[in-house]
Amino acid sequence: MIRFEKVSFHHPNGQMALNDVNLEISPGEITAIVGENGAGKTTLVRHINGLLKPSEGEVSVLGMNTRKVSIAKLSKSVGIVFQNPDHQLFSDTVSNEILFGLTNFHFGETASKERLEWALEQFDLKDYRERSPMMLSGGEKKRLCIACILAWEPQIIILDEPTVGQDYFQKERIREMLLEQRDAGKIVIIVSHDIEFLWPLQPKLIAMSSGSIIAHGGASEILSRDDIIQRSKLITPQLLELWKKVPLDGPPASDVKEAAERISNLSVWV
Amino acid sequence: MGLRSAKTVIEVRNYSFKYASSEKEILRDLNLKFHEREITILIGPTGCGKSTLLKSLIGLIPHMYAGSWSGSVMVDGMSIKDCKISDLALKVGYVFQNPENQIFMFSVERDTAFGLENLGMERTQIRDRVDWAMALMGITNLARKPPHELSDGQKQRAAIAGILAMKPRVLILDEPTSLLDPHTALELIRLIQDLRDQLGITVIMVEHRLDLIARVADRLLVMDNGMIVEDGTPREVFAKDNSSLRNIGIPTITRLYQALNSLGPKGDVPLTVDEVADLIRQKQKKKRSVSA
Repeated sequence: MIRFEKVSFHHPNGQMALNDVNLEISPGEITAIVGENGAGKTTLVRHINGLLKPSEGEVSVLGMNTRKVSIAKLSKSVGIVFQNPDHQLFSDTVSNEILFGLTNFHFGETASKERLEWALEQFDLKDYRERSPMMLSGGEKKRLCIACILAWEPQIIILDEPTVGQDYFQKERIREMLLEQRDAGKIVIIVSHDIEFLWPLQPKLIAMSSGSIIAHGGASEILSRDDIIQRSKLITPQLLELWKKVPLDGPPASDVKEAAERISNLSVWV
Repeated sequence: MGLRSAKTVIEVRNYSFKYASSEKEILRDLNLKFHEREITILIGPTGCGKSTLLKSLIGLIPHMYAGSWSGSVMVDGMSIKDCKISDLALKVGYVFQNPENQIFMFSVERDTAFGLENLGMERTQIRDRVDWAMALMGITNLARKPPHELSDGQKQRAAIAGILAMKPRVLILDEPTSLLDPHTALELIRLIQDLRDQLGITVIMVEHRLDLIARVADRLLVMDNGMIVEDGTPREVFAKDNSSLRNIGIPTITRLYQALNSLGPKGDVPLTVDEVADLIRQKQKKKRSVSA
């Protein structure tokens, strides 16, 4: 469980970046944080692994008060993939990059080797194991960052803009991986603008604007509200928009397959 | 195939390229023409050669990268191989995926002037060009701001202004919307359309967000394994039954249309929710009139 109680955060220059944030996130859920550039999304997630401490209020992560435990201790439980992979990669080879976390968290030689192979396989990085991370494309670097985090199996996984630079096939892979993590009882948090990527995951949504949470709830409910769409600078997912535009029964379909089946079965169909 | 009858600005002929560090050809016998006023989206899986093709169109290849190549790339009638990069910069402008890799001066206007200063252009002329480019991109009010204080959308605009100031005939952008929220991304896409309409420039973009952008593209080029595997308007390309298309982000609504496969005649593939909504309504009406 992650809990924010009356959390505010001011930058050293006095600028308010989070304003009275109250929040609970439970295991076995995917939560997506949306909002315009500069709304406070990244500031919020950096409070979860203790990189930032609240100016006021408390953040508790898996029962630990982030003010009272070290970032090193929190990192074991909270894996965060930054928006810009260049801020996170520093080893000489792809393999060593993945091994870095495993070694630091004392996985032991056999277990480390096993997790390394798993991560290389999962993220299509096997051919690059001896290559320098700096020589990878933007999309491959991002995948490597995700692989590094998942290798040590943190309880909480936070991904900041995971789909940037990924082609459709890789996006599908990331989506499947997130669902697996959710089903394994992990807390999964995604910061993303990519609404077509998020919609089929049907996440809990947190919409932010100017450092405040303006809505928190189911994806359908929140994205149906025009005021939220406007304030968060989003656009409506295409399937939801279709359900709003034509009289189709029931709640909007979450993916193309379901939509096609339900539209084909309509009683008014020729 | 987009604006087929318009004047050719870039011509790629029998072009192949292999990086010195690699065994495999990354581009294989490409034959392509880019036309005046055409907006082309280049798409394909990671590692298919998109970035290498872009680098070849702006002269970074062969001038900055070691490798072996054959065939030719002509920009505005000049062979890239025989051109200096500084001459090419006046013909073809390149906007990086991350604007932070491109803007680095102390203010937006100094940044916009950077390329022109390097060409040794006269001061008054630089002033005019900079003012013109900033006005076009709607960032005149940000002229004195340091780039690091800008929002991501503003940074992207500043990066494009610096390129436009050079008045290139071709604007090449690498995933220009990837860091932007959908609303700001749509604004940028409209702006790019306006630039084409006002200045008549040719636009070539790598972009994965087809949900947003397919509707404004004249032409979609699909790459796979170093080759062009589809080339046509988005509607033409999406109507094809090509396995390479499975790995590109066909818009959700277009995929729904394909899955239904009974909404309209082949070839008229819809790109927007409104088009699919209309098709469903028509079907519903037809059914009602049949049952009445």
